[in-house]
Amino acid sequence: MNMIDRRHIISLLVENEFGSLSRIAGLFSARGYNIHSLNVAPTNDETISRMTLVTLCNDQKIQQLMKQLDKLVDVVNVRDLTEETHIEREMLLLKIKCNKSQRDEIKRLTDIFRARIIDVTDTTYTVELTGATEKILAFINSMGKIKIIEIVRSGTLGISRGVESLENTK
Amino acid sequence: MKLNGSEIIIECLKKEGVEFIFGYPGGAVLHIYDALFDSDSIKHVLVRHEQGATHAADGYARACGKPGVVLVTSGPGITNCVTGLATAHMDSIPMIVISGQVSRQYVGSDAFQEADATGITRPVTKHNFLIDSRESIPEIFKKAFIIATTGRPGPVLIDIPKDLTDPKVKISFNYPKNVKIRSYSPAKNDNIDKIDSAAELLCSAKKPMIYSGGGIILGNAHNQLKQLVKKLKYPITNTLMGLGGYPATDEKFLGMLGMHGTYEANMAMHDCDVLLAIGARFDDRVTGDTSKFCPSAKIIHIDVDPSSISKIIEVDLSLVGETSKILKSLNLSLDKHLKKINQAALKKWWKQINKWREKNCLSYKKSKKIIKPQSVIETLYDVTKGNAFVTSDVGQHQMWAAQYYKFDKPNRWINSGGLGTMGFGLPAAMGVQLAYPKSQVVCVTGEASILMCIQELATCLQYRLPIKIINLNNRYMGMVRQWQEFFYEGRYAMSYMEALPDFPNLASSFGHIGISIEKPSDLKSKLQEAMNMKNRLVFVDIITDQEENVYPMIKSGQAHNEMHLSPTGKDTELA
Repeated sequence: MNMIDRRHIISLLVENEFGSLSRIAGLFSARGYNIHSLNVAPTNDETISRMTLVTLCNDQKIQQLMKQLDKLVDVVNVRDLTEETHIEREMLLLKIKCNKSQRDEIKRLTDIFRARIIDVTDTTYTVELTGATEKILAFINSMGKIKIIEIVRSGTLGISRGVESLENTK
Repeated sequence: MKLNGSEIIIECLKKEGVEFIFGYPGGAVLHIYDALFDSDSIKHVLVRHEQGATHAADGYARACGKPGVVLVTSGPGITNCVTGLATAHMDSIPMIVISGQVSRQYVGSDAFQEADATGITRPVTKHNFLIDSRESIPEIFKKAFIIATTGRPGPVLIDIPKDLTDPKVKISFNYPKNVKIRSYSPAKNDNIDKIDSAAELLCSAKKPMIYSGGGIILGNAHNQLKQLVKKLKYPITNTLMGLGGYPATDEKFLGMLGMHGTYEANMAMHDCDVLLAIGARFDDRVTGDTSKFCPSAKIIHIDVDPSSISKIIEVDLSLVGETSKILKSLNLSLDKHLKKINQAALKKWWKQINKWREKNCLSYKKSKKIIKPQSVIETLYDVTKGNAFVTSDVGQHQMWAAQYYKFDKPNRWINSGGLGTMGFGLPAAMGVQLAYPKSQVVCVTGEASILMCIQELATCLQYRLPIKIINLNNRYMGMVRQWQEFFYEGRYAMSYMEALPDFPNLASSFGHIGISIEKPSDLKSKLQEAMNMKNRLVFVDIITDQEENVYPMIKSGQAHNEMHLSPTGKDTELA
């Protein structure tokens, strides 16, 4: 068994009820697991929320973590997406300081990364970018000397490839 | 039928067959108490502190298997229950705690006696609910009882705002027979294909060992376990929580294992080649150093909780599901494989085990001058003929009770094994005595533990509970002192109990009988005398040897074969 920490993307369907989120967050803190990122939103079934959670874990810990999550009464289904072929995306909203001389360069960068400028003021640009985490990080790094005012990241979202879904594996 | 919220709650409890509510009234539950006032089928037991209510309900559940029910008010009412919930949660005891909450319009406003009950109790319950509509009360109660009693049992809290119990608002009431909880699916028994391999592996053993825990008792699997051992003729040990799961007087039984387990049980664990673990969770007090745990064994683990499998110790074969059902199938399957057992090897193994037994690791130096705590338990076993329900608090007395009282039946040994809650013993004994009014209930305790819930002596008088309290009084927090002797060069920091009350007088001021025993020669006759007072609570204060230690002992981080044996017994060596 590999004792090195690896990144795991865990997808959960949970009852959209009072206290579900804190039950899951509480499990992580009580058992000493880390949450690298966490995303929660309702699904097409309004009684169920979907969470995508990224954590760093070794093999032994992730097995135990999955069982503990499954044991929570609010958890309808849970899967480790990293165990299968999947797609992951993250969204970035980036507000940067932008004087006239920098505008062309920023425009070029957003084109290269297929980002979009979604808000403009005299002194700032706000850029939207969607992609895998590496792409998001690469884009942020590419800002170089451009001053970043604010970074908002959604955290990773994940979905399995093909016909599989969390709903049909219950 | 139209009922108000409070009446609905009482009706739900009636439908669940609840006999007793252990509780304490207060502002947020006054409507419920008013409805309870008219109920004749449910008896309310008024405790003197909410912690006592939780332990009493817990003791009731451990003794009779039905969920214990608690009713308390908001704020301090529910915060006082936290220790009791955590105690039940650690030992997987089914319990329903109903707490009042301030009315919905005040929730979140720091109202008088407001506490975030579901937030505070989330880590110490199997699940909890905050009710937000009158209509959902029956469904939530049904769910709570299902969750508390199925799979790996545990405590469930239901928090209910006061306005939902308003007697003026009535709605129609229907108690559902069953409720589907889509996100809850305990214990699927889908191991059929693995049962045969388990039986085969078991029968291939040359040095087998069976290790069973509280899951046998909670899962009502003691008869199947007895059958299994009878078929295999293998040695068996029980955890602290599992005592009584297998008859202690049977020759296959090697005693308890673990930190204060017997020499033979721990040595057999260390040397075995196939280990069958049933309803046990490889607790650190059982395993010692996990890297040296059963170093040469293939391990089979049967448990109702999938998350118990390979949590502490990686196992080779796991069977998840209800222990009784799995053992039943295993017993059937074994018949096909029994002839494969290497009887010569098994005989050799038993010879080795009996050699370990000869160490007589529970022997201790007897004394005519001072009462030895071990002799108290041995005498208690004699005078109760091994038939008592024994509750305990936490510490040395708990270990001695576990070592020297031989439990032949399940549900008789009632102690806080996981959380180790001092103050558990007396209120737990109340729950046991209420469940079995005609049985002998004994609380083995110490002078430090008993003071943690001493107020319940008043409850015992009110309900005429003839519990026998056996107080092993050594004027120390004995286990703390023992650790300080071993690991802190005898610096007994704050473990001496100064200013102790006069216990017999204390008991009589509560309206009970108190007796004191100081001489070894009085022990048996006075204990007998106490037991003979069938209708009275008797507080037996026994002055014992101050510096007696619990042996054998595996110090933290050591292995099963690195036990320290009693220096006052036959052997002084390190095992």
